[in-house]
Amino acid sequence: MTDTQTHALLGIQRPRRPSGVSNALVFGWRAALKFKYVPEQLFDLVMTPIMFTLLFTFVFGGALAGSPKEYLQFFLPGILVQTVVFNAVYSGMGLSTDLGKGLFDRFRSLPIWPLAPFAGLMVGDVLRHLIAGAIILSIGLMLGYRPEGGVFGVVAAFLLLFAIGFGMGWVFIVLGLLISTPMTVMTSGFAFLFPLVFASNIMVEPATMPEWLRVFVEVNPVSLAATAMRGLMSGAASLQDVAVALIGPAVLTILLAPTTLWLYLRR
Amino acid sequence: MTDTSTGTRLPRAGEEGLLAVSARGLKKRFGEVVAVDGIDLDVPKGMIFAILGPNGAGKTTLMRMLSTLAKPDGGSAAVMGHDLLNEPGEVRASIAMTGQFASLDEDLTGRDNLVLLARLWGFRGRSAKQRADDLLAAFDLSDAATRQVKTYSGGMRRRLDIAASLVVTPGVLFLDEPTTGLDPTARQGVWRMIRGLAQSGVTILLTTQYLDEADQLAARIAVIDKGRKIAEGTSRELKAQTGSGFLHVAIHDPMQIEKAAAILEARLKHKVRRGVEGAELSVTTDSPKDASDAIASLIDSGIEVSDFRLGSPSLDEVFFSLTGHDAS
Ligand SMILES: Nc1ncnc2c1ncn2[C@@H]1O[C@H](COP(=O)(O)OP(=O)(O)OP(=O)(O)O)[C@@H](O)[C@H]1O
Ligand SMILES: [Mg+2]
Repeated sequence: MTDTQTHALLGIQRPRRPSGVSNALVFGWRAALKFKYVPEQLFDLVMTPIMFTLLFTFVFGGALAGSPKEYLQFFLPGILVQTVVFNAVYSGMGLSTDLGKGLFDRFRSLPIWPLAPFAGLMVGDVLRHLIAGAIILSIGLMLGYRPEGGVFGVVAAFLLLFAIGFGMGWVFIVLGLLISTPMTVMTSGFAFLFPLVFASNIMVEPATMPEWLRVFVEVNPVSLAATAMRGLMSGAASLQDVAVALIGPAVLTILLAPTTLWLYLRR
Repeated sequence: MTDTSTGTRLPRAGEEGLLAVSARGLKKRFGEVVAVDGIDLDVPKGMIFAILGPNGAGKTTLMRMLSTLAKPDGGSAAVMGHDLLNEPGEVRASIAMTGQFASLDEDLTGRDNLVLLARLWGFRGRSAKQRADDLLAAFDLSDAATRQVKTYSGGMRRRLDIAASLVVTPGVLFLDEPTTGLDPTARQGVWRMIRGLAQSGVTILLTTQYLDEADQLAARIAVIDKGRKIAEGTSRELKAQTGSGFLHVAIHDPMQIEKAAAILEARLKHKVRRGVEGAELSVTTDSPKDASDAIASLIDSGIEVSDFRLGSPSLDEVFFSLTGHDAS
């Protein structure tokens, strides 16, 4: 480094302190950049929903609903919920990686809004949910799915989907803060998610399940979410359906957002 | 030492306004391990101050406490006049920390890493990009600007990591082992940069395991070992503390090394240190006469001395005489 270069570096004053929202948007920009630099992630994100939608529709469709097309009418809103719930894992893994690399030490020593890095993760989540959701919906439409709720129903359903993703996001953020190996974040997260997702009404109506399981399935927040999604997309949702579907995400946020902040600022 | 022009603030009572860092009795425990065990530290503004200590001495823990990343279990400290515990936000706004291990986003390019930080500090749009490009140019990274950090060499990462700490000129720059793992040329580059920053008023608190680094770079050195500060002063003062001189002896036959050490220890009444090469010994002497007597008794005992030299101790030897063990 030459002397003139050193001078170019010095005496740089801080510009006006940016707002918390502006901090969060910068982290959102980082999340978006990841799609550009880590396209492998995009591959997972695109292939998994395509695979699940096609497999379940054609393997189960005939047996469960008479035809794949009939089944899709029931299954598509559910697979959207399943995808969003599983997609939340990316943020947690990314967080765990960043913490392991010491990147968050730099962020923590900056004078910024402490929740901004997490808000940025949520921006990445929303992008992922939007991509995966759009893919599933497109495949569904191609295979004959018809949302009777129309454009309004679909938009409302996607908003609910983001709320569900937002709630789930906190689960993996907390796991990411607690667990130092990204793979363990994924496996432990899935260990908790698999029963929730599969013991739900996403794939089948609970009518034929044993009593004890049916009771669980009916109160499972994932089922409540799937039911509300079906209602919104078919134009038959009651306000109550949507309200109970929002309880899960709301409770998760109320409990885990402060936990996140506490874990992050703990030193 | 030049006076600081950045981050000028009205001094508080007494000399506090002249201190960039002032710590009293800082303590940090991890379970059973007391990583930092009551350290006092006063770093004047504008100075390069080195914390010297072996692996596990508590250097990183101390730096993390001073940069608000770890909470002390005891003691107190002020950084640029702000209390560490009560005003962490103000402390963060006046410092920058480059940790022991690079804290960069490996997936992003070098430029994007800096743009990200510039935006977080409040530079907008074009000015954030300009800031990133200035830093890249200053650290000789312009050619690699659009490459992902994961493709960078160790030295390039280190430079980028330090650049990332200079988006806004800090009042105090904390550098935790800034040259560990660098080749001699890269190391010289970092040293030049550190001197340049200090000359224009940035206070630098760095840690190192390299005694020559502390010797070359720092105006003052604190030696820490097992979480405690065992000595502090200029390099000259530390050397003086070790005794009037150091006798270095090279023994021709490595088989005779133990015998020679025993004789020197008996005659000079100081602990003898074995050199890295194996056939070398060094020991504090209270006077040149003692030294020559000691050499004479080695020769009388039939030990073939291939070389001997009387000189002031190196920092290695200072460390040894302060702690009773080697630095590494
Ligand atoms: N997060 C932690 N949990 C448990 N023990 C820790 C933690 N951080 C540090 N220690 C312990 O505290 C002591 C001091 O560690 P520290 O990292 O501060 O040393 P250091 O001087 O930086 O060493 P090095 O030269 O190897 O970087 C060590 O015994 C270490 O094992
Ligand atoms: Mg260390």
